Amino acid sequence: MSLLEIEDLAVTFGGRTAAVRGVSLGVEPGETHCLVGESGCGKSVTALAVMGLLAPGAARRATRLRFAGNDLLTLSDRGMARLRGNTMSMIFQEPVTSLNPAFTVGSQMAEVMTRHKRVSRSAALERAVELMGRVGITAPELRLGQFPHQLSGGLRQRVMIAMALMCDPQLLVADEPTTALDVTVQAQILRLLASLKRDFGLAILLITHDLGIVARVADRVSVMYAGEVVERAATADLFAAPQHPYTRGLLSCVPVPGKVQRDRPLGSIPGVVPTIAPGFAGCAFRSRCAHAEATCAHEISRRSAGAGHDYLCRLAPRESALQPA
Amino acid sequence: MSAPAVVQVAPEAQQLARPSRVGRAGFALGLAIVGVILLAALVGNALIPQDPFAQDLNNRLQPPFWMEGAQPAHLFGTDQLGRDYLARLVYGARISLLIGTLTVITSGLIGITLGVLGGFFGGRVDDVVLFAITTRLSIPVVLVALAVVGLMGSSFSLVVATLGLLLWDRFAVVARATTMQVRTLDYVNAAWCAGASTAHILLREILPNIASHLAVVATLEMALAILLEAALSFLGLGVPPPLPSWGLMIAEGKDYMFFSPWVIMIPGIALVLLVLAINLVGDGLRNILATGQR
Repeated sequence: MSLLEIEDLAVTFGGRTAAVRGVSLGVEPGETHCLVGESGCGKSVTALAVMGLLAPGAARRATRLRFAGNDLLTLSDRGMARLRGNTMSMIFQEPVTSLNPAFTVGSQMAEVMTRHKRVSRSAALERAVELMGRVGITAPELRLGQFPHQLSGGLRQRVMIAMALMCDPQLLVADEPTTALDVTVQAQILRLLASLKRDFGLAILLITHDLGIVARVADRVSVMYAGEVVERAATADLFAAPQHPYTRGLLSCVPVPGKVQRDRPLGSIPGVVPTIAPGFAGCAFRSRCAHAEATCAHEISRRSAGAGHDYLCRLAPRESALQPA
Repeated sequence: MSAPAVVQVAPEAQQLARPSRVGRAGFALGLAIVGVILLAALVGNALIPQDPFAQDLNNRLQPPFWMEGAQPAHLFGTDQLGRDYLARLVYGARISLLIGTLTVITSGLIGITLGVLGGFFGGRVDDVVLFAITTRLSIPVVLVALAVVGLMGSSFSLVVATLGLLLWDRFAVVARATTMQVRTLDYVNAAWCAGASTAHILLREILPNIASHLAVVATLEMALAILLEAALSFLGLGVPPPLPSWGLMIAEGKDYMFFSPWVIMIPGIALVLLVLAINLVGDGLRNILATGQR
């Protein structure tokens, strides 16, 4: 059984905008699952819907939303609060603003644990020191007494990760955790996440727009476009044989050394992600797609392109690797 | 070409970011004056041998030490009933500071609670809070204070209660606006994600991070409360005699101001100094906190 099961999740804002439309995905224990897509595709909204933290005014519906044996659809606010930070944690894009400036790192970390577990503050602080060492923070005892503004961005993101691990969670939701960091620090954080997954059996739902990150850390990938998962596959399959025109477009935007020809421009997808109103039918990508036809305006059914690989397009599966679109 | 431009910009930006030397001196001066007055209020009457309430009709309206005919026993002279003016002034500092502090605590509690709740929950709650604020703003403070004290008689606690119930609007406005800014910040979201309760979010994530703004409001409101108390006492509707409030001292002395001007000069100067000093502290605090933002 999957650790996190999402079936047909839909989120609408004020009945006007359908931010997430019928997303289904499963995260297995110890698996890194990547949600990929442009800005405004509904990746973060999906994650917040899972955490039960949508802004007021947003409506969440799903046929199934289960996490580690809990039905998140019927769970009370109090029950959700018990899960958050305990068995499911989340880290954010901006480490600079993700820590409360008014309290020391140590007290914030200890607080997460004393809230959920019956432990003393000193035991929680001990755990904090241990985890800070684990995530590669030097002199953790010293850091405990420091305020967030005394730490660098990379250090703060490490603190956030350590804080998320305080209660030994089963699932870590990471919303673009490396976007705000330097490339070198990015690589360190990704390596750290990979090693945490290995050592703690942590499942990670990683939200990103960076296909380079996907290729490095993901086991499975869901490509999102305009609130839908347009393609799902194991990472290797997705990169070997991308099926949906959007996935192919995304991949063609990434420069690959040796494959990019000097005199040809890098691939791009013209246009922007449309805002989808409820009641929209057909393929949301058709306005930007080179293969669009009249039939694309009707309901599209999911096609399979091998074991655990399906996509949402009328086009037949293609064997080939990427070719210029 | 670009390098000199950068060099030129840098010191300017620093000047903007740091409070000027004058500003710092003002803050230090304000702190010093408030400190002296606070010290006087706390221990002054223990050090001064004269009783602020003891009358001595043989020694009425004695001049202070810088005028001719001053008595060494009465440094600041005596009032129209022969009471030692220095002792009364020091005792009056206690009244002023006490009223200022208690008023700020009462109005702060009301205003901050309303503002934080309105800014945090928004929607209906915020509508109610906004209505309360606009209603309060449409009521003239001095008029209501006069009416209440006039109807119910003057007493120390009534003055504090009236001012406290009237001066919360600025707290509410500032708390509401800053809460709205803070509640959408990432660390508040992060706290939700870590399973924090609403009470925790309000008390540990939001309140400490808007406290600096509220501290500035508190100083300004304190100065205002002290001035209002003096005004009410001057009108005979504040602190009842024989308690030596500075405003009351000015009122009692106004009949004698042509021949004994010091009886209104001394409490008047004390009042100006205290209010000025508190305002200086507030301004300094604002500058320091604005640039000290992390």
